[in-house]
Amino acid sequence: MLNKNIYLILIISLVFAISFWIGFNVNLLPAEASINAPIYDELFKILFITGLIIFIGMTIAVIYSLFKFRKRNDQIGDGIALEGNLSLEIVWTIIPSIIVLLIGLYSYNIYDRMGGMKELNHNHEMMSSNSEKIWAGISQTSDTEIAINNLSIEVSAMQFAFLFNYPKGNFISGELHVPVDQKVSMRMESKDVIHAFWVPEFRIKQDIIPGQPTILNFTPTKVGKYPIICAELCGPYHGGMRASIIVEEESDYNEWFNKNKKPEVNL
Amino acid sequence: MTISIDPQKTNNENLQPKGWLRYFSFSLDHKVIGIQYLVCGFLFYLIGGTLASAIRIELASPMSDFMPRDVYNQVLTLHGTIMIFLWIVPVVNGAFGNYLIPFYVGARDMAFPRLNAVAFWLIPPSGLMLVASYFVEGAAQAGWTAYPPLSITTPQSGQIIWILSVLLLGGSSIFGGINFIATIIKLRRPGLKLMQLPMYCWAMLGTSLLVVLSTPVLAGTLILLSFDIIANTGFFNPVLGGNVVVYQHLFWFYSHPAVYIMVLPAFGLVSEILPVHARKPLFGYTTMVFSIMGIVVLGLVVWAHHMFTSGTPPWMRLFFTIATAFIAVPTGIKFFNWVATLWGGKISINSAMLFSCGFIINFVFGGITGVALAQVPFDIHVHDTYFVVAHFHYIVYGGTVFIIFSSIYHWFPKVTGKMLNEKLGILHFIITFIGFNLCFAPQHWLGLNGMPRRVAEYDPQFQLVNQISSLGALLMAISTIPFLINVFLSVRNGENAGDNPWNALTPEWLTSSPPPVENWEGEAPLVEEPYGYGKEISEQK
Repeated sequence: MLNKNIYLILIISLVFAISFWIGFNVNLLPAEASINAPIYDELFKILFITGLIIFIGMTIAVIYSLFKFRKRNDQIGDGIALEGNLSLEIVWTIIPSIIVLLIGLYSYNIYDRMGGMKELNHNHEMMSSNSEKIWAGISQTSDTEIAINNLSIEVSAMQFAFLFNYPKGNFISGELHVPVDQKVSMRMESKDVIHAFWVPEFRIKQDIIPGQPTILNFTPTKVGKYPIICAELCGPYHGGMRASIIVEEESDYNEWFNKNKKPEVNL
Repeated sequence: MTISIDPQKTNNENLQPKGWLRYFSFSLDHKVIGIQYLVCGFLFYLIGGTLASAIRIELASPMSDFMPRDVYNQVLTLHGTIMIFLWIVPVVNGAFGNYLIPFYVGARDMAFPRLNAVAFWLIPPSGLMLVASYFVEGAAQAGWTAYPPLSITTPQSGQIIWILSVLLLGGSSIFGGINFIATIIKLRRPGLKLMQLPMYCWAMLGTSLLVVLSTPVLAGTLILLSFDIIANTGFFNPVLGGNVVVYQHLFWFYSHPAVYIMVLPAFGLVSEILPVHARKPLFGYTTMVFSIMGIVVLGLVVWAHHMFTSGTPPWMRLFFTIATAFIAVPTGIKFFNWVATLWGGKISINSAMLFSCGFIINFVFGGITGVALAQVPFDIHVHDTYFVVAHFHYIVYGGTVFIIFSSIYHWFPKVTGKMLNEKLGILHFIITFIGFNLCFAPQHWLGLNGMPRRVAEYDPQFQLVNQISSLGALLMAISTIPFLINVFLSVRNGENAGDNPWNALTPEWLTSSPPPVENWEGEAPLVEEPYGYGKEISEQK
């Protein structure tokens, strides 16, 4: 009996060790290029390791049962008439409940750190009237709140392109240029069908909905060029609906901005 | 409504064709209807599988080069719709439900045999109509979710035929659900208590409740959508002041429970198969019943987790995260109980057992990615990507379709009186299991790294992984060959099975194989312990 318990403990520790090793050494995610990304990857790591422990554990249990309790040729008759075990069933009700609850609380914490719980409707200095109903995207707590007025960008999506309007500079661009380490605030609306704004390296996504503006805030942390991908089926050329986001040093960004800036026109 | 009684029914039966022709008739026999569902479903599975192959061929290269882009969207829309509404839902509910439930409750037929036949005969025309819509003006191309405004702006005829077809299939599903509830509650043989029913009855009771509660919502939604398309109303059309997010809420109010409509019956079936081949009682009957009902209740309040990146306020995202994650608890109980059922048994390693164990492994994997997807911050990155595609194929293919095959190996001797060939069966399992995992496991990585779903073209750096996935799909296609050969050979020349080749204790095995029209020669037996393995033997000794 003691022997059996030692084997069980050994196997469980091995499962944990393998899961942790894989969780820390196998990277399944693209580069991290926004404030959100490392927070996301932290959650991913926890979910990955927990998932591996459960999956490897269950798989071993099934395969072990198939080998250990397989019917030998000379055997007849049935297995033991065990119809249940209340305390065991209580254990595997309570432990998963606790795991699920802890994961839920932890992901709430992650979501809060990503700015998901931040009230988006008030003090949002967009050009829209106060009464306009804006639907939540994801917002981000950031030290560089000051930048918000300079970096308000209006995104319009249509079959099959994104357009980025810089109201401060009075111009429209097909590429999204933003300075690194500054909070960007986007108000997005679709001209036709539902699209989505997704930058895998930023770990953010928000649908762009016709007749219902959505907002999305993010802070890029790494200079570079990243794809903007439409993630919602929007028609035959959905797979080709791409744009680029170019994250650059502030001086480069200013240069680009001033080059494209148009004088204010009163209509 | 009146239920026909014996004299009239006997007359009808005399008029009905005998032999294989009865499968093409308006038969009232639940066993015939069950087989009609199964074979019809399998034919549509082959069509849906052909469409899946077309998708994987297109995705073997980064460019959109195998078929026109709009045809690609039609193919993926039809693939989803056919696999869900014409293969999985009709087969796990209609086919096995019709064949088994009357046996399990000790009845000679379903409560409403004519409604039952109508429910089945709605399926072939609506399925054919759906497939034929391709030849009119092109089939629907807005995905199986048919989100407006895309579904309003794409060619109308395909979308309208799609709606009509789904409405008829939904009607069929509701008729079936009412019939199962009535049969399980009202037609139990005297003396048979609810808590003595085989687990599949509980699964079907829960499933049918979900069908009856949520399918009408889908029907209503699709009728409004069809008004928007043909009558220029503005329920969901933003140009006319409609709200596209409301459609998503209504759609997922049905379509999330639809996932449980596809997996709960499979949970029931595996609970029948494992005890027989492990020679042990089903572990934890009572907790199994409660967890089914827990899944039913929770399943109704989790729909918005499909809309985390849509227009949803923060509190709503949070509520649906917690509700969704908690479904893992009753589901987990069931999986632990199944492993405990295997533990200490005398397990026959045969095709039915292997497919059931494959189901456990695949579904646990899909369940784990499901709990991850329930977390809002996690979902925001991978929503609408290949990660989600991989996740739900682990649930509906790795889960339910594996159980459909397991059930076919288990009940084939019951239906035909012949055994299926075990060697071909194990070959079928091995190719399916490897092909399935090769096809879908790599797709998790694709989604995490930036490949959205429903695209005909992708970045070149994803080519290798997509080709691995396509290779897996090829294996899955090949795996149907040994299965089909097995079925055709065994129906004609299979080894005689006798009445009860597995020495099973559930009521359907306590009659001849194949069973007589009235199910039992005499009175239906009272089976108080459908899982009494181990006990009976010791008592006999």
